[in-house]
Amino acid sequence: SLQVVWDTLGNKQFCSYKIKTKTQSFCRNEYNLTGLCNRSSCPLANSQYATIREEKGRCYLYMKTIERAPFPSRLWERVLLSKNYEKALEEIDENLIYWPRFIRHKCKQRFTKITQYLIRIRKLTLKRQRKIVPLSRKIERREKRREEKALIAAQLDNAIEKELLERLKQDTYGDIYNFPIHAFDKALQQQDAESESESDVEKEEEEDEDKDKREFVEADDSDLSDFEDMDKLETSSEEEQENEEETEKKASYSKSKGKTPLKGPTRRKRPYIEIEYEKETEPTTKTKAS
Amino acid sequence: AGQGPAGSAGRDAEPPAPERVLFPPTFSVSEIKNKQRRHFMFLRWKQQQRKEKLAAKKKRRKEREALGDKAPPKAIPKTIENQRVYDETTVDPNDEEVAFDEATDEFAPYFNRQTVPKILITTSDRPRGRTVRFCEQLSTVIPNSRVYYRRGLALKRIIPQCIARDFTDLIVINEDRKIPNGLVLSHLPDGPTAHFRMSSVRLRKEIKRKGKQPTEHVPEVILNNFTTRLGHSVGRMFASLFPHDPQFVGRQVATFHNQRDYIFFRFHRYIFKSEKKVGIQELGPRFTLKLRSLQKGTFDSKFGEYEWIHKRREMDTSRRKFHL
Repeated sequence: SLQVVWDTLGNKQFCSYKIKTKTQSFCRNEYNLTGLCNRSSCPLANSQYATIREEKGRCYLYMKTIERAPFPSRLWERVLLSKNYEKALEEIDENLIYWPRFIRHKCKQRFTKITQYLIRIRKLTLKRQRKIVPLSRKIERREKRREEKALIAAQLDNAIEKELLERLKQDTYGDIYNFPIHAFDKALQQQDAESESESDVEKEEEEDEDKDKREFVEADDSDLSDFEDMDKLETSSEEEQENEEETEKKASYSKSKGKTPLKGPTRRKRPYIEIEYEKETEPTTKTKAS
Repeated sequence: AGQGPAGSAGRDAEPPAPERVLFPPTFSVSEIKNKQRRHFMFLRWKQQQRKEKLAAKKKRRKEREALGDKAPPKAIPKTIENQRVYDETTVDPNDEEVAFDEATDEFAPYFNRQTVPKILITTSDRPRGRTVRFCEQLSTVIPNSRVYYRRGLALKRIIPQCIARDFTDLIVINEDRKIPNGLVLSHLPDGPTAHFRMSSVRLRKEIKRKGKQPTEHVPEVILNNFTTRLGHSVGRMFASLFPHDPQFVGRQVATFHNQRDYIFFRFHRYIFKSEKKVGIQELGPRFTLKLRSLQKGTFDSKFGEYEWIHKRREMDTSRRKFHL
């Protein structure tokens, strides 16, 4: 009759525990010894069968004999195996004495596998475990939106600039930057605060004023010395010279900062003025060209 | 009931809404059962509200112009910062107790210039490309910092080793799905540990800028808007990452700006064009942080003593309440 069972369920017709893949078929029955769907490893088609199963870290040997076949509730007999590996193997041998070789062998193999993975579980739990935190989509979206709004409200560039100017005013930078008007203001403050060193302060003020005046005068001269000429050769040479002048000016301007100038913010400071100068070498170039 | 026939005249055949629709005072849009009609009525009601508002605005403007100089001053618009719920832990600049606390807390040796900050930057296990690059850039921004890869080491074992090697701060950047999303900042000789959520990380190449790499100069630090006690301690934590004496020659500034509990980090180079104008150029990475928890000792998630944890259900109830 077991042969009949196998012939119908296992081989030909439907078995609910059977899973077929392209190369192999597996058995999902929990009492299956090997996990494959074979005539010798099907728990339904063998009246004398044994398995090893693990519960909460302890291994049990389950046995089924033909005598108990009509009593399904008492069908599977369970034996607790010892924690010691060798002893447990002996216990398996003892319980399955006179049983077919195949079942004995497969039971021991299965037991070995189970103990190995139990050891691995115990080792892994000692190591660090990644804690998985669930993200709520609604919360995430809300936080993102609030961050964007906070960014807009922060006006970071303005805030940073204000702070830097504050620090400049409070003289945290010391003598690195010398803006004449700034010094003038400072001098004014000194004058208001201390009345003793007035004379020194006045001298400083005068010097500053003179400097400013001198600066203005120079600019006027350069403006007056504009000569408008339509000749291309002249304009090119003049432009070269003017570029040199600009770079020189920039170099001197940046030397006070102590660093090479950057491209971005410094360029846009002045409107681009073309100042044309006459050079002595012009007539020579003209004659050469002609 | 009076609007019934008007509403049921059919959507397509309905002419454009008349200039002044008079809704009877007991009428409520929500009482109409039909969704289409209700929607239509709602739109009409909305339009009318808008018209009324516009008319009121115009009237007010006319009145204001008519009054001229005698007009009352313009009302200040309400912003979230204006309406912020007053936090009782806000620090008063002249508070002595706070000053005393700050003179004796874990950062006192830093602020007294007894210790020079030395920082170890590391990540969670198996960092991916973006995180690695971010760590490198962060180490160029913060002077005197090293990046060490974490190859499965437990933090609790790293910390005593770091202390032995004289590190003052430990930064761990947590990564999820190839992007950095968390930051743990721990002040080492038994100092507070802050855990942040990091968002919108931009690497250097993603920032639209034309500047060069940050140099080795020590940058200045700007801490904005840290008003409460908690904010103060967090601000001091950030300040202690950078050496105390900035080199103004470098003209670099690192900014931690707190706005509505979000801390924005930026790294700029500045240049003073005149005494009233300054230009800034952004270099370096940028990211935003949100504080999740502040712990008293070094990193210990199980037995640590937490000074502050963000509890969403209790603390996120009001839109006007901020903790930093």
